[in-house]
Amino acid sequence: MPLLPVTDERIMLKHGAGGRAMHRLIHDAVLGAFREDVETPGVIGLTALDDGAAIRIGDRWLVLTTDSHVIQPPFFPGGDIGRLAICGTVNDLAMMGATEILGLTCSVIIEEGFPRRDFDRILASMRAACLEAGATVVAGDTKVMGKGEIDGIVINTSGIGMTSHVITDRGLSAGDRIIVTGTLGDHGMAVMAMRHGLALDVTLVSDVAPINGLIRAAIDAEPGAITAMKDATRGGVAGVLHEMATKGHVGIVIDEAALPVRSETRGISELVGIDPLLVANEGKAVMAVRPDAAARVLTALRAHPLGADAAIVGICTADHLGMVVLDTGFGRRLVTEPDGELLPRIC
Amino acid sequence: MTPLEFRDPTRARELRQALDRVVSEIGRSPVAVMHVCGSHEQAIARFGLRAAFPKGLDVIMGPGCPVCVTDQPEIDEGVALARQGVRIATYGDMLRVPGTAGSLADAQAAGARIDVVYSVAQAVDLAHETDEEVVFFATGFETTAVATAAVIAAGVPVNFSVLSAHKYIPPVMEIVAEMPGTRVEGFLAAGHAATITGSRIFEPFVARHHLPVVVAGFEPLDILAALVKLTEMIRDGVAEVVNLFPRCVTPDGNRHAQELLWRVFQPIGGRWRGIAHVPNGNLRLRDEWAHVDARQRFRIDVAALWNGAPSTLVRQCICGNIMSGIASPHDCALFGNACVPDAPVGACMVSSEGTCRIWHEYGGIPELGEPTCRFCQ
Repeated sequence: MPLLPVTDERIMLKHGAGGRAMHRLIHDAVLGAFREDVETPGVIGLTALDDGAAIRIGDRWLVLTTDSHVIQPPFFPGGDIGRLAICGTVNDLAMMGATEILGLTCSVIIEEGFPRRDFDRILASMRAACLEAGATVVAGDTKVMGKGEIDGIVINTSGIGMTSHVITDRGLSAGDRIIVTGTLGDHGMAVMAMRHGLALDVTLVSDVAPINGLIRAAIDAEPGAITAMKDATRGGVAGVLHEMATKGHVGIVIDEAALPVRSETRGISELVGIDPLLVANEGKAVMAVRPDAAARVLTALRAHPLGADAAIVGICTADHLGMVVLDTGFGRRLVTEPDGELLPRIC
Repeated sequence: MTPLEFRDPTRARELRQALDRVVSEIGRSPVAVMHVCGSHEQAIARFGLRAAFPKGLDVIMGPGCPVCVTDQPEIDEGVALARQGVRIATYGDMLRVPGTAGSLADAQAAGARIDVVYSVAQAVDLAHETDEEVVFFATGFETTAVATAAVIAAGVPVNFSVLSAHKYIPPVMEIVAEMPGTRVEGFLAAGHAATITGSRIFEPFVARHHLPVVVAGFEPLDILAALVKLTEMIRDGVAEVVNLFPRCVTPDGNRHAQELLWRVFQPIGGRWRGIAHVPNGNLRLRDEWAHVDARQRFRIDVAALWNGAPSTLVRQCICGNIMSGIASPHDCALFGNACVPDAPVGACMVSSEGTCRIWHEYGGIPELGEPTCRFCQ
């Protein structure tokens, strides 16, 4: 479908939600401002709209990425904004194949009156996440803004890494298998349950984790077998699959029965009427893998502590181009592209 | 893993085969039935049932999504109040539904304060926490209207009031049944609304229109079984009310809830977006509850939003005909031009499951193939 021009006069929350509105804003406004007239050879840049950029240096690639993190509440079951900020950037680098992190930068903007205790707690959590990822913060910046000028704390992280082989999000072919590296929807549903004060008997915990080690295991299981990879953050698995199907010119059929979803995540999802495929994960990747290598990659993922629930969930097809089809066992339906923020529904 | 009782794919296959058989026994095509419930459409869409229905059976999505049928002037009232600086609490799916001058989400971006709540009780909690005026913008059918009524009847804080856009389902079924040229031969009635009203409420309707009604639940097997029963009645020329959701619905319904509903609300006529004026289709607060009625408490200046006159686009919308299965989106002058997913005019474009929305995104209803996907095991 051709992209419609942005006519909205104001930036809305939907423009940051990882769905169609955000893609349109980036396409029209950001690419419009920074687009290179001629693509530079040896550079995977902004127009690729991948998880990061890659610049060829000799026979290797330098991968770099940046990500700003805002979340309400800043502390949530299973993590906090600090852990999120480290994992987000580490995982984006890993998605391009750069699983060894050369260095991270961290820029923090804090609201006047923010508790020092909370700030220290966030920094300690960042340090712990760095240790897990084998990464180091090598440069940083702090700013304080007046009360009410910013909501609590905003953290930006950037990172660089090297890889000999870049994995993009568009190399899919018909027949490739779709693998997810673990249970889906845990982060999004945990935050939603907390934010909306759902009093539940079960505690759902965010999956926020650095998965560069897990991804390295998958890459090494069969070098060159992963044809596309993305982490399923904002916009969820549905958003990632749409992007992969569109960029890779394939259709994708997903087997719902094979999707790893915790029963508590499924329960909350049914309660609020939001599909777990649409909500954010902060420690899960979606990858397309050559059919002959899928079993080996899956075995390698499952052998890693963060990949125990990994599963083959779908297949790329030569028909339904650009579409994501869900086979429910009862019938088939199209998976809609996320559009705007996720809101609970009554109807 | 054992499948959930009402989500057993094996039994679903048996019901699909039965449905195929009954529809072919009717011997003409297509046979058209209608459901009047957003949750039925949700379940049909979510489980991919639509692709599994027999080719000769049209299951038409009727005016059953309360969010979609909330009319533009009603949205405008909420938006006007929000822009006047009153704090609005409402259900999440109301945020993006456009009125004539934008949606509540637009008002929020412009600085208005909108709180998303899961229940009317949460909205009352908000009012307890503040001295400001909190208005609950109430939408939904009799099921959610009862919750609103219960809270109002129990007493609410002085800074709490209700802007009711609640709607009542039974009258709109009459409208659809009486539409000229309607192809609808039977109805699936919404199980949860019927827990309140009881299944017996449909008996006069069945007698008047000689159309069968099956009260159905929301799991895949509920819906398939209800369609088998409905098509059997069509095949046999029988018009009765059959309750296939007895685990929740009784003939008389929830008397206490009905008493509460009518103690607080009265039915009045009003427009349903893209459908028609529905006599007794809107629920408004009775006069004795004027003190919690936002329409009484505030001067809601809707005209200021309209710059003098409401949009005339809505008059060209043919959603009603699309929902009745008489017209397709391509028959509509607005489709794809003035009416697009980001700026919908009619109900069929508002909902992600709406006929117009699906046609707009996929250029029609794509053929997706049979459920065979077991390559992953």
